[in-house]
Amino acid sequence: MTHEEKRAWIRLVVAVLGYSAYLAVVLGRADGRSLPEVPYAGTLLWTVGGAVAASIVAEALLAIVIPGASRAKDERDREIGRLGESVGQSFVVIGAVSAMLMAMAEWDRFWIANVIYLCFVLSAILGGITKVVVYRRSFPKW
Amino acid sequence: MVKPTQVTNSIRALRFAHGEMTQAELADRVGVTRQTLIAIEQGRYSPSLEMAFRIARVFRVPLDDVFQYPDSPEEQS
Repeated sequence: MTHEEKRAWIRLVVAVLGYSAYLAVVLGRADGRSLPEVPYAGTLLWTVGGAVAASIVAEALLAIVIPGASRAKDERDREIGRLGESVGQSFVVIGAVSAMLMAMAEWDRFWIANVIYLCFVLSAILGGITKVVVYRRSFPKW
Repeated sequence: MVKPTQVTNSIRALRFAHGEMTQAELADRVGVTRQTLIAIEQGRYSPSLEMAFRIARVFRVPLDDVFQYPDSPEEQS
């Protein structure tokens, strides 16, 4: 497994675990209240920051556990990276357009912030899955 | 529609004909990771033209001796 493939796995797992933790905390706080009344902003920011930190720590730990592993990156890694980013990009656009329409319709800020966060996470997950599938199988030819 | 690549290659045979060169050694000489070389050898990844030339140059053979592309049915008739 190349260094870039390991990174793709780490980011995919961290994205899933981070969002799962966020959902567990926010839904756990609801306790019968409607969701827009639940405090979420601090948890959201901590989860995003925690996910970034966890990825960095996991990659550093990997370098310590397998010190001799190559960190080389070649054109296939770059192509796979670009494909993953472009596949994930669709959800960033969906999130931005959804948030814009929700703001125009004067939805509660809770839903606007959460739809943006959800789409960022879906973008990371979809992009990550694309990368690991292409690493394991082959590039799609259309 | 997703189609498998039609490009085939003779890298494995060429490696063995060149003193049983390992995948790691060839990858190193071409300047790619061993995983990329394995993906090319197994037909899971079509390299760029530049990388294909670098592979052929290691074996000192023309590009056609390393990579093959089947004729289309029109060309065969």
